[in-house]
Amino acid sequence: MNYETVIGLEVHVQLKTKSKLWCGCATTFGAAPNSQVCPVCLGLPGSLPVLNQKAVELGVRTGLALNCTIAVCCRFDRKQYFYPDLPKGYQITQFHQPLGRGGWVEVPFAAGQRRVGITEIHLEEEAGRTAHFPPEADNPGYSLVDYNRSGLPLLEIVTAPELRSPEEARTMLETLKVLLEELEVTDGKMEEGSLRCDANLSVHRPGEPLGKRVELKNLNSFRAMEAALAFEAGRQGVLLTNGAPLDREEARTWNEAKRKTVFMRFKEQATDYRYFPEPDLPPVSIDGQWVERLAAGLPELPEARRGRYLREFRLPADDALLLSKNKAAAVFFEAVLGFYNGEAKTVSNWMLGDVTRLLKEEKIGFTDLKFGPEDLAALLSFLDRNEISGKIAKIVLAEMFQTGTPPAAIIHARGLFQINDPQAIKALVLETLAANGEAVRAYKSGKEKAVAFLVGDVMRKSKGRVNPELLDRILKFELAVDEIKDIGLD
Amino acid sequence: MEIAELNVAALRKMLDRREISAVELTNYYLDRIAQLDPDFRAFITVSREQALRMASAADQKLATGEGATALTGIPVAVKDNICTNGIRTTCASRLLADFTPIFDATVVAKLKQVGAVLLGKTNLDEFAMGSSTKESAYGLTPNPWDRRHVSGGSSSGSAVAVATGMVPLALGSDTGGSIRQPAAFCGVWGLKPTYGRVSRYGLVPYAPSLDQIGPIGRSTEDIFLLDRCIAGYDPLDPTSLPEQAAAAGIVTGSLRGLKVGLPRELFGDSLAMGVKERVMAVARELAAAGCILTELSLPSLQYALPTYYLLAYAEASSSMARYDGVRHGKRACSGSDVTGMMTATRQELGTEVKRRILLGTYFLGKDCYDDYYVRAQQVRTWMKADFAAAFTECDLLLSPTTATPAFTIDEEALDERALALTECYTVAANLTGIPALTFPCGFLNHLPVGAQLMAPAGAEQRLFQVASHWEAATKRQTRCAQGDQKGAFYEL
Ligand SMILES: [Zn+2]
Repeated sequence: MNYETVIGLEVHVQLKTKSKLWCGCATTFGAAPNSQVCPVCLGLPGSLPVLNQKAVELGVRTGLALNCTIAVCCRFDRKQYFYPDLPKGYQITQFHQPLGRGGWVEVPFAAGQRRVGITEIHLEEEAGRTAHFPPEADNPGYSLVDYNRSGLPLLEIVTAPELRSPEEARTMLETLKVLLEELEVTDGKMEEGSLRCDANLSVHRPGEPLGKRVELKNLNSFRAMEAALAFEAGRQGVLLTNGAPLDREEARTWNEAKRKTVFMRFKEQATDYRYFPEPDLPPVSIDGQWVERLAAGLPELPEARRGRYLREFRLPADDALLLSKNKAAAVFFEAVLGFYNGEAKTVSNWMLGDVTRLLKEEKIGFTDLKFGPEDLAALLSFLDRNEISGKIAKIVLAEMFQTGTPPAAIIHARGLFQINDPQAIKALVLETLAANGEAVRAYKSGKEKAVAFLVGDVMRKSKGRVNPELLDRILKFELAVDEIKDIGLD
Repeated sequence: MEIAELNVAALRKMLDRREISAVELTNYYLDRIAQLDPDFRAFITVSREQALRMASAADQKLATGEGATALTGIPVAVKDNICTNGIRTTCASRLLADFTPIFDATVVAKLKQVGAVLLGKTNLDEFAMGSSTKESAYGLTPNPWDRRHVSGGSSSGSAVAVATGMVPLALGSDTGGSIRQPAAFCGVWGLKPTYGRVSRYGLVPYAPSLDQIGPIGRSTEDIFLLDRCIAGYDPLDPTSLPEQAAAAGIVTGSLRGLKVGLPRELFGDSLAMGVKERVMAVARELAAAGCILTELSLPSLQYALPTYYLLAYAEASSSMARYDGVRHGKRACSGSDVTGMMTATRQELGTEVKRRILLGTYFLGKDCYDDYYVRAQQVRTWMKADFAAAFTECDLLLSPTTATPAFTIDEEALDERALALTECYTVAANLTGIPALTFPCGFLNHLPVGAQLMAPAGAEQRLFQVASHWEAATKRQTRCAQGDQKGAFYEL
């Protein structure tokens, strides 16, 4: 039976600040447990939070990039629940007056580009991290808490429920990740937890009201997210098809090992978090002029860049998308164009083709390249000037990639310049014809394929340097001359 | 005169003239504590060794004169809900019996910086929630004028230590009257400063939007000196007010033309006749000095108490959440899982604290929030406007500090209504954030009566000026209470 899926995301972004949200503690990932803590982030009695303005700035920048309305005055609230890694017994978050509301982001879905709404963005603090050690023979089991993470600044981005498939949800999250990295507000490392995602999903028959939604937690990678959503859409779809759709909202978690979602609790059992305004922090008024300055300082974002690539460089749609959504690639691409007089399309072909293949083999990115954009420009110029062949260019590129040596040096040192001199090519051709009488005879008896053999022989002798077009013409000419000799018309 | 009865200025002179050293002075008070405190339990912790170290450092400061100020070498006691680095801070709770902070509250750091000598930590109702120290895990601190009566709360340890001359100065904290009520009951001076004037960093929170640290002493000048030392902007407290220029001294001079408002709502039927008479005597003296008395109405005051309870308990339920046994304080060994451990740990809290947590939790529940918390905030906003309007008609307000003198220690007298009666005069200053000062204005039977002055935010100087005028005009001189004298506090 036919049903539709509706998905919304809650994305938690660790903001890249030097110090925590309320105190001066460092934010370095992977430090020894409880080495980056103080009375404030341990929630010791009497300590007070002091807002890190940098976190607000990064939040505002993100809000602007997501086209949100930035609050003139926002404030913090306490969300109360008990957990060992929550040192104050409440989390400071924004509930009543968040930092930003009502934005949108353009997302290049496979089915075409579409705007997805951003319901709100708000600032909050991270909790610590609890590690559980199950009982063993000699001990009853225990838990340890690391408060290094406690008080790190988080930005929660809540999307509107406008995503229609797990694939769309994934594309949305990828788009957000790229945008956040572009803004330099986060490391965006899902594996380190600096980017995390929860999702809400429901299914319904076309034209009917939305179904009961399920909140999915613990989606710690793009793959996990897509798989969990696909599993959940299927599960709910079957329930709907069987005439027994969900009748209560619930929270489920993704179990990677079992490859399925697992029931956590019904939503009506959810804790009453008893939100109320945080009395320790006065409301934050956000200066309009400051926001304008931040808006003016925003970098060009992938979407705008993609449009510019289509307009200015007339790149094919796929090339424009791939280059614009990878900031390092975009920066490299435009830098190459600064040194290069040829077609932009040539640059994007090489970057998305051979260079990307080499990068993927080494599992590195454009910022890790040993050669610079001027080197790629030089290589492509040699090619354009017919000084090297395409085949040779690939060989040179591979060496540039390995060693970082400029292409001119490689070409000179290894004598890779293309042989464009017709006399020199003729000499090589004649040499080949003389040495391969059998192939020549085969050609003359109508076996066109013999030409390929002869071309190969010339190339072998010249180490591939002969201009292939000239070679083709000269070889065919000399074979014709040879044939005329045979007939005795000479 | 006994050293114990000297005010800070007199002690200052002795120290500056080398008639006594800070170490000798400290030893004097430590001996006096050893002698008197078994009867009062005003101190939870006496930090003898640290005190003597600080005193000897103060002596060095005085010898070189470098960085010496009005409080150098002067002993001070600190309420035990204010964090002291290396000295346990119990909040009078069993839960924090072994809690030793790793940092100083800003006020403590400021005291250390000027070379004041920290004698110890004083008794209070558990987590400052109460009006009698009945809620202290360390026993009740009785009234120094009659031990059958309470000394008030929650800063009673500080008030009693000052009243009995166990220390010349002390810090208290005031959320709904916790400095002013015990100061009034014990016949001493107390100030609840403007909200944000004194840093709350290091004050263990009860209701953060109302809490404020302030001084208790045996004269207007004494509390002025302590207030001046602890006030000021603190980057560690986001609710702290911008720095203001410190006053050199109390403004003296004529009170002529100063408009003193008498809020009708604070002179109502619940007021004991004798208390009213004594406060009116203050009013007459101020009128004689040229003040213009105005009777006025503050209608929002009738909602002050419920508003205070709603907001204070709501915030308290949240403030108390961190005592879960995970990071500090006692941890219960029972409980099969983490929730069980936390629950068992929190059983250690006293009845009154639990009651306030329960009520506050209820008030913040999502079904009650709009009807209770939001409305209380609306009343609070109205009350601020109401007081702002009153302060366009007058420069300061005069009222009793409490409806009656200290009540007796029997259970019935400590019921909700009796406590509420004492609080309704004081909570408005906390809800509106304005400064309020209490000073003794006589005795009823043999127990002290306090008068309260309130001024607009930031106008502490006006309070000091009027209180010190009254003190000078009546030539009142402090004597120490020792628990059995009958009205021997003043010599007129
Ligand atoms: Zn910290």
